[in-house]
Amino acid sequence: MADFNRGNRPLSPHLQVYRPQITSVTSIFTRITGNALIVAAILIVWWFLAAAKGPEAFARADWVLTSWIGDLVMTLSVWALWYHTLAGIRHVIWDAGRGLELKTAERLGLAVIGGSALLTLLTIIVV
Amino acid sequence: MVELTLPANSVIRTGKTWPKPAGATNVREFRIYRWDPDTGENPRVDSYFVDLDACGPMVLDALIKIKNEIDPTLTFRRSCREGICGSCAMNIDGINTLACTYGMDEIKGPVKIYPLPHMPVVKDLIPDLTHFYAQHASVMPWLETESNEPAKEWRQSPEDRKKLDGLYECIMCASCSTACPSYWWNGDKYLGPAALLHAYRWIIDSRDEATGERLDALEDPFKLYRCHTIMNCTKTCPKGLNPAKAIASIKKMMVERAI
Repeated sequence: MADFNRGNRPLSPHLQVYRPQITSVTSIFTRITGNALIVAAILIVWWFLAAAKGPEAFARADWVLTSWIGDLVMTLSVWALWYHTLAGIRHVIWDAGRGLELKTAERLGLAVIGGSALLTLLTIIVV
Repeated sequence: MVELTLPANSVIRTGKTWPKPAGATNVREFRIYRWDPDTGENPRVDSYFVDLDACGPMVLDALIKIKNEIDPTLTFRRSCREGICGSCAMNIDGINTLACTYGMDEIKGPVKIYPLPHMPVVKDLIPDLTHFYAQHASVMPWLETESNEPAKEWRQSPEDRKKLDGLYECIMCASCSTACPSYWWNGDKYLGPAALLHAYRWIIDSRDEATGERLDALEDPFKLYRCHTIMNCTKTCPKGLNPAKAIASIKKMMVERAI
């Protein structure tokens, strides 16, 4: 077979055409929440540092973090924290060689989504 | 490397719409990825219309009908038409599977067909699998022994033979590896689910005497550990196998031999 045009071969579509699966979506969200939590942690550190610095700095930081947008970011961060925790537990189960049957893995994925939403709600009610 | 969009030469353009069959009442639309290496143009998606009343039930039946009756330039691999050769693996309706065993009744709306994802395209639905096969060869998919060869054959108990069930059935169709985002981004160094399932098939074979060497070869940041248990492999396997579990078993063996 003539093997011409090898250098110019197109790459077949991937993300553009592949149907999202429960397992793949929960996997990418584990990564997204993990990274987002770094930002959330920096915001909280900023809040503490401002408190140590003085009333003026604290007032500024506190104003940002308790504004509606700050509230939204913090609420989402609580969800991200629960999600990432539950997904982490799921990974520990997998690393032990359990829960790797497709049905079980998909149920674990749904449990992570449902569980994180429920725990976020509980956290908001309690705190 | 993670690259979410397609390179400029791979962006898909709108293609040709082929005429509908005259007088047919039960017509199904097929949107099929086309790329012709001779023209140097970008890939495109062509629309074909197939009379289902005069066609077999599987996606492959429709592809063959299109090639025979509508457009003889449509190019794809096929051979056994019964799910044992693995030639006709492609992306159908958003998942990787075998065209010969995937029924059209399982698909809603137009049937969208692309080559296996994130692979260099040779022509139309044919991906270049050279690297994929090389990775398979790299796991030494054969029996490695040091003992003297027995007079008759290498014996194995029924229990030990049972451990190979769910592994030996793999037909190397590449559906799993090309469904794996980790393989998309790091396929040059990460072996991917298919090669790793084969690696595990030989690692746990009671007759094989190179288990240690096999595990040593996988002790690498990329070859094995780029698996993040996304499980697209298991979800898509047209033979119902579980590469994700095989990979997890190798990882577990790595830990067990270290402690």
